[in-house]
Amino acid sequence: MSVDLPTVPVQPLQSKDFASDQEVRWCPRCGDYSILAQMKKVLPTLGIPKEKFCFVSGIGCSSRFPYYVNTYGLHGIHGRAPAIATGVKLANPELQVWVITGDGDALSIGGNHFLHAIRRNIDMKIILFNNQIYGLTKGQYSPTSPLGQKSKSTPYGSVDHPLTPLSVAIGAEATFVARSVDVDIKHLTMVLERAAHHKGTAFVEVYQDCNVFNNGAFSYATEKETRSDSIVYLEQGKPLIFGKNREKGVRVAEGNRVEIVQLGGDIKEDDLLFHDEKAPEPSLAFLLSRMRYPEFPEPMGVFRDVDRTTYDESVTRQVDAARAKLGEGDVEKLLNSGDTWFVN
Amino acid sequence: MSTATLDAPASTNGKKLENLETVVIRFCGDSGDGMQSVGTQMTNASAIFGNDVRTFPDFPAEIRAPAGSLFGVSGYQLCFSNHDIFTPGDAVDTLVAMNPAALKTNIEDLKRGGTLIVNEEEFNKSGLQKALYDANPLDNETLMAKFRVHKVPMTRLNRDAVEGLGLSLKGADMCRNFFALGLVYWLYDRDPKPTEDFIRAKFAKKPDVVEANLRSLRAGMNYGFSTESFTVHYHVPPAKLPAGKYRKITGNEAVAMGLAVMAKLSGKTVVFSGYPITPASDILHDLSAFKHFGVKTFQAEDEIAAMAACVGSAFAGELAVTASSGPGICLKGEAMGLGMMTELPMVIIDVQRGGPSTGLPTKTEQSDLLLAMYGRNGESPLPIIAASGPGDCFSTIQEAFRIATEFMCPVIFLSDGYIANGAEPWRIPKVEELPRLNVEHITAANGQNGEYLPYKRNEKLARPWAKPGTKGLEHRIGGLEKKDVTGNIDYSPKNHQHMTNTRAAKIANIASFIPEQKVDGPASGKVLVVSWGGTFGAVRTAVQKAQAAGKSVAHAHVKYMNPLPRNLGTILKSYEKVLVPELNCGQLRLLLRNQYLVDAQGYNKIEGKPFLVNELINVINEFHG
Repeated sequence: MSVDLPTVPVQPLQSKDFASDQEVRWCPRCGDYSILAQMKKVLPTLGIPKEKFCFVSGIGCSSRFPYYVNTYGLHGIHGRAPAIATGVKLANPELQVWVITGDGDALSIGGNHFLHAIRRNIDMKIILFNNQIYGLTKGQYSPTSPLGQKSKSTPYGSVDHPLTPLSVAIGAEATFVARSVDVDIKHLTMVLERAAHHKGTAFVEVYQDCNVFNNGAFSYATEKETRSDSIVYLEQGKPLIFGKNREKGVRVAEGNRVEIVQLGGDIKEDDLLFHDEKAPEPSLAFLLSRMRYPEFPEPMGVFRDVDRTTYDESVTRQVDAARAKLGEGDVEKLLNSGDTWFVN
Repeated sequence: MSTATLDAPASTNGKKLENLETVVIRFCGDSGDGMQSVGTQMTNASAIFGNDVRTFPDFPAEIRAPAGSLFGVSGYQLCFSNHDIFTPGDAVDTLVAMNPAALKTNIEDLKRGGTLIVNEEEFNKSGLQKALYDANPLDNETLMAKFRVHKVPMTRLNRDAVEGLGLSLKGADMCRNFFALGLVYWLYDRDPKPTEDFIRAKFAKKPDVVEANLRSLRAGMNYGFSTESFTVHYHVPPAKLPAGKYRKITGNEAVAMGLAVMAKLSGKTVVFSGYPITPASDILHDLSAFKHFGVKTFQAEDEIAAMAACVGSAFAGELAVTASSGPGICLKGEAMGLGMMTELPMVIIDVQRGGPSTGLPTKTEQSDLLLAMYGRNGESPLPIIAASGPGDCFSTIQEAFRIATEFMCPVIFLSDGYIANGAEPWRIPKVEELPRLNVEHITAANGQNGEYLPYKRNEKLARPWAKPGTKGLEHRIGGLEKKDVTGNIDYSPKNHQHMTNTRAAKIANIASFIPEQKVDGPASGKVLVVSWGGTFGAVRTAVQKAQAAGKSVAHAHVKYMNPLPRNLGTILKSYEKVLVPELNCGQLRLLLRNQYLVDAQGYNKIEGKPFLVNELINVINEFHG
């Protein structure tokens, strides 16, 4: 759902207004730089004064993010950013709250908070930088690392079955779910904008290259030669078509699964799967989230965007309703409630 | 029923009414027998009548343990008196045992010559087996000769009383607790009206249940009045408490009310984030009904989230608070450290219970003091304040917030299961007498170049509290070591030493902004007894009795656990010997010995139960020599 964000009659903000005075300490050529740059592009377009933003993070490379945007920011502890952000939003629902997290932070140590923030639909944006590796601790496998991944802690290859972040989010009743990739600047900007305008928990997974410990993990989705065959862009109301010459499509097959088909011949565009991010039922979004490279092209874009009352809104409503019903809290009355008696 | 005449004991039905000063009653039965309910009712009736009252609810961790089992026994002890008292009493004057298991687990606490009321019908083969009795203890003449025994066929009498209301046998038996209560009401000359009002309100939607419980209560009273078994009943005149209007209050209620009142009077929002845990959950329950006072409650997914949310709410500029017990506090440790490092105000309530690990969830203990002192990584001192009783929680929780906001730090508030569930009469304060929390948020940049310096400290070493949403004060903070003044990340050796020292000095300096330690008794002498937290009542009573017996003994009850009051060292050195009774293995004693090099001795009990006054008197006498 899109909301009317407050308009401010002051000078429009620019990207540079959101740059903090801190030296950015990510490794050279880290994918995080691009995400930061796109975020700084999106923020001034939202019509929200700088002081109304609050960035919250956990621990990990991505979680240094708040230091680099000149808004209110809280660099928290490992995995707890959604819980910290919940506290921020409860105390002040007027703030626009962004959670910056990584695959280890959100899905391993912080898995519980991730699930519960999403199912409550607290009005916050959760941006997960997925690089399929622990970078800050120097190269252990993460909950999104593929089976067989060799890392510092898996010299013989990982035997942990990985999680698909989008499937987890959809399973946790997410109202907004999207995916983009660090180097696809335009697409990432669009996705971040959409997330910013969603009312409720907006979850965005960004494929992010850790060029030091997991270089090229997503090259299939970023390199010119492979990209068009290994990703498919989601557009509302449009069929899922991909390939260098847009010659392939995705079709729903019997047995609640999807299949890749060649367009032309008997198969027309109308036979393909048409994307519906507004579908009230999450099955389609879930089905799309199961499409993983190399068996399928991986969908990019907004998987799901539906309306549901936010948690913070409900909390505020209950407070208002209690005040309407019981009146403003009366200290005198409260102290004297229950059975009382006098001693002379 | 007529109200009792206060001065002239009346006689009715040929039965004498005798005056007593203090009475201790314990109701015990299965955890499903409604013992907590009737105990609470008798407490209310006694408090409303004007007695001073203290209670000790003692229940199993299992919600419905197998019926009749020894570990499923639930008890509620109350003491009411015609003078001010500090404890729920040691030995029991009247024991009501609803089944053999209750008798077996409680009979040791009944005074020789005390009154024993049993539901004799439960002393059947099955009941005796479940309580692991080889023979019926009611037939044990040696045992029974020690007490005034009333074997009452409670089940049958109660079923007769509610006959005709269409209740099932099970439904009828559900009212048995009120029959027992009625009998005790007659025995102690209590006005049943508050209880009748309670029954009418509680079951308002079920008229037959109202009628049944009222009949049961009345039948119990009538039984005492009519049967020849009871020849005398007792009257405890009202106590001469300080004048004023009173209500009954438990520790957890007082915490919740203290927070709601603080929210309202300070115009701030209290954001409570918690996770259900015994014995702290009632704070969450009570607060969730106080939304119209400016209270928001958040039942988080776990203890860690609750603490993390507190840090978030504090950063956002509101009054953040969480409540838990030992196991939850362990989980909160890391986020408490974040609160400490970011120097944000918040209060962490630890309602201590028996530990370690899951321990004894429904029993009391004082064994989290060192956890509160040291239970975080790194050098991370936090102020700690401990309530001494149920009513004291009301002002102490507000004092915790005064310290938190004045010094910009998390504060740990220690309560315990005994304080949390125990009730006492509480003199209702006047609204105009209540303290106002004075919270200041910085509104303009404090740097020379128009920048905001989040770690620029005031004379108390407290940093400013900027509320997100305030223009020009955008800033970033976190758990990494930061440079003083600017708050930027700084790992340099000298800075870390400086910041560590500064954080410690800030907390230590709070000693100059709290009251000096008071002593009850002579300013110097032979023995000083030092206590803290929920043992206040038992220790104060024991010391006063020892003083009355001519012993040179004084009592210092410490409320400010960290930093300790600035005059405490001098006080400790003014006595020949120092005794520290604690419901742990000597945690305050360790701190005192460490800080003051004083040869403090301990008296330590870890039974999940409060101190008895008599055991402390014996210890004091022995220690005094």
